[in-house]
Amino acid sequence: MTKQVQQLDRVIIRFAGDSGDGMQLTGDRFTAGTAEFGNDLSTLPNFPAEIRAPAGTLPGVSSFQLHFADHDILTPGDAPNVLVAMNPAALKANLGDLPRGADIIANTDEFTKRNLQKVGYDANPLEDDSLSEWRVHAVPLTSLTVKALEDFDLSKKDAERSKNMFALGLLSWLYHRPTEHTIKFLEQKFARKPDIAKANIAAFQAGWNYGETTESFSISYEIKPARLAPGVYRNISGNQALAYGLIAASVQSKLPLFLGSYPITPASDILHELSRHKRFGVRTFQAEDEIAGVGAALGAAFGGALGVTTTSGPGVALKAETVGLAVTTELPLIIVDVQRAGPSTGMPTKTEQTDLLMAMFGRNGESPVPIVAPMSPSDCFDAAIEAARIAVKYRTPVMLLSDGYLANGSEPWRLPEVSELPDISQTFATEPNGADGEYLPYKRDTETLARPWAIPGTPGLEHRIGGIEKADGTGNISYDPDNHDLMVRSRAAKIAGIDVPPLEVDDPDGNARVLVIGWGSTYGPIAAAVRRIRRNGGTVAQAHLRHLNPLPANTGEVLKAYDKVLLPEINLGQLALLLRARYLVDVISYNRVRGLPFKAEELAGVIQDVIDSD
Amino acid sequence: MTELVNGKGLSLIPKADVKQSLKDFKSDQEVRWCPGCGDYAILAAVQSFLPELGLKRENIVFVSGIGCSSRFPYYLNTYGFHSIHGRAPAIATGLAASRPDLSVWVITGDGDALSIGGNHLIHALRRNVNLNILLFNNRIYGLTKGQYSPTSEVGKITKSTPMGSLDKPFNPISLAIGAEASFVARTIDSDRKHLQSVLREATAHRGTSLVEIYQNCNIFNDNAFEQLKDPALRDDITLRLEHGRPIVSASKAVVRSASGGIEVVAREGVSEDRIVVHDAHNPDPSVAFALSRLDEPAFEHVPIGIFRQVARPAYDVLMAEQLDEAVAQKGPGDLSELLLGGDTWRIN
Repeated sequence: MTKQVQQLDRVIIRFAGDSGDGMQLTGDRFTAGTAEFGNDLSTLPNFPAEIRAPAGTLPGVSSFQLHFADHDILTPGDAPNVLVAMNPAALKANLGDLPRGADIIANTDEFTKRNLQKVGYDANPLEDDSLSEWRVHAVPLTSLTVKALEDFDLSKKDAERSKNMFALGLLSWLYHRPTEHTIKFLEQKFARKPDIAKANIAAFQAGWNYGETTESFSISYEIKPARLAPGVYRNISGNQALAYGLIAASVQSKLPLFLGSYPITPASDILHELSRHKRFGVRTFQAEDEIAGVGAALGAAFGGALGVTTTSGPGVALKAETVGLAVTTELPLIIVDVQRAGPSTGMPTKTEQTDLLMAMFGRNGESPVPIVAPMSPSDCFDAAIEAARIAVKYRTPVMLLSDGYLANGSEPWRLPEVSELPDISQTFATEPNGADGEYLPYKRDTETLARPWAIPGTPGLEHRIGGIEKADGTGNISYDPDNHDLMVRSRAAKIAGIDVPPLEVDDPDGNARVLVIGWGSTYGPIAAAVRRIRRNGGTVAQAHLRHLNPLPANTGEVLKAYDKVLLPEINLGQLALLLRARYLVDVISYNRVRGLPFKAEELAGVIQDVIDSD
Repeated sequence: MTELVNGKGLSLIPKADVKQSLKDFKSDQEVRWCPGCGDYAILAAVQSFLPELGLKRENIVFVSGIGCSSRFPYYLNTYGFHSIHGRAPAIATGLAASRPDLSVWVITGDGDALSIGGNHLIHALRRNVNLNILLFNNRIYGLTKGQYSPTSEVGKITKSTPMGSLDKPFNPISLAIGAEASFVARTIDSDRKHLQSVLREATAHRGTSLVEIYQNCNIFNDNAFEQLKDPALRDDITLRLEHGRPIVSASKAVVRSASGGIEVVAREGVSEDRIVVHDAHNPDPSVAFALSRLDEPAFEHVPIGIFRQVARPAYDVLMAEQLDEAVAQKGPGDLSELLLGGDTWRIN
């Protein structure tokens, strides 16, 4: 049977199932095939904090959304074109996001009376006409998988577990994805259990063949590779890029990396990744708590290491006192905050931008800390190097604000040439710097205001530092009022004077009256919304802040050049508060805190409303 | 590794080229403890002990938390880090784990180490980080002006406990042994010779050495350890722990009890072979633990000396070995190779 092939420019697929169904793995593998094929892509995993919530329930639904296209794209997509629903819960939890006319591939085997009742369906939606506005493909995925694995010496339960690979095979057929990498991946993943490897491969191939032969699918789709900038690419998540950025920062600063960390969602993967790279001299220390994680990192920094601690919001709260110690001892330190929904435990696996003001002000005393925020998963690499550059050059703790969306989302990354990475190395003090041949640990560099960094083992520069206020120059304990005033102002001036690049504005026509500005992970949705406005003939300017403290010197000038400034944030207006206070500009806030990234369509509407509101 | 574990714990730390003296270790800072404070005696003992180690002064670091004792680093002409309350073991862990060439000391008190910083202390001990922890125990909060501490006796009347404290105190030695410590000792501020003999063993031990020092706070808890200093009492109360020697005071002896534990009896009339011979190197910590309980409820007979001194690989050495092993297996890290390590594709 020859099937019709239709060309598409982009597709958004969401795989959804029980948290034990292997949806994240399925999504990862589909993504790998898509990356290999050469599409541009962006992904959004969405999973519960519970490792195994009760099977078949709404809280147990785990999903993975992938947007891929023949052109460059900026977000994981607003609404799926295709939903793969492995059970009734997955259908019910995701149907609201599905536009009319979208495809639903439902695993009919799981639509049993009991499973339907668990999520409150009185009747089977696959059998009544409640889904008539969608294109439903009812596929008995589980039983087809079991049948395909008849010849294997597997229990029914074990055979059923391969149903996600059957689904992956079917989708791979439907969208013309290459299969070799998935087969190789399965061989490697189950290298010690060759029977399981073979069964999974068989299920994967059976899914592919099912697509080829069944009448449920009359059309398959082709999405041509995207024309991206020339270079070597790989797909990368934010956490992995951040870990690689820290290793690169260690190499480029010529400082051994020391990570002190305590496991916390969604930051733990950085600890996992770094612990695998001991060949680079990376020391990873899983501490007894968040406070010890940052304490050990600071102790290592005193000894001449690139000290890093990785955490999420609740951990930052615990580390605050030690960050203050790093501020006053003026030692380099990187605090990575992979923000998640708060307050308190909040929603650990959901994203938010709600730690900006904590990063900015969440310590006792006048305690300024530079803040850097990456804007996409792959940008976490460059942002980590930038945070290290500032930390080392200015001898200061630096907050690096990632978030759950960047951490777990992925996109193709054009690999940088290592030779083109910035040299961020600084020299340790080795000679006395005082007029009488003494060492003055708080004698500042006249340009950067950084103090010298003399590490233990350096003869003649023995000195003591600590949390008590220090006399300018000598660093001796001082309660002198004027000295304290000087030191508070010097520390503030040092941070305010950090060299950050100017804020760039994307205003192609140069006649926009509305500026939409953002920071961190909202770059993708904002830029996608701006494109929509422009495609429809609208005019809007866009700027995105990577440095939140200090802000680029031209920020005020940029803000004041537009009639209206719109600032979407996944918080209740934290950057807006800072910009309003600093520049007296009447910033218009748009805020949603649903634990999810913005949608491009939603933001396009908001931008249009602001444009139209004269 | 074994040579690093016992007796040669200083072998990774560079030696000084010239002979040092006490004045090499005195900083130019004025010492600001209350007149009569036990800290003065401990400072003098440490300052006069350090030249004996013969280490490069620049390779010695004193890290402290918060409290009266935590001012200690300012008075020594070494590298020093006066940190925040309770966190000195954590900060020192990062330093010692990444710098095997340093002699890292932690100066802490009973409130700093056992209350706010209790978690860091027990984890440093179990990891066996290469630290010398000097725990100044005066059984009171001094810097905050006289509240009861986690080592204060039950019923302690203080500013915060006008009707007496309710909490059972920690026994720092029992706690350390329970936390898998490889070196645990007790000494006293007033006995410089004994204090320095303990420091000698503590510094030679690669791993965490916990030294509890009974220290008198003459302002808020004066004479807390007077029985151990009073010439009329001290020889009877003090049970000297010396490896390979019977555990006795002038009038008492430690013997096996009928119930299988140990107990203190009058020395007179006890045959020598019944007296417990101290074995600090015993891998089994139960006798050392039992010895730590002998002074319960308080000061009828107090063991002083090294309770436990066993060889166990130090954390910094183990960590460095993993790094070396990773390089030996796959060669040193290469950044380009790392970035190209996943599934990659080229666009022309």
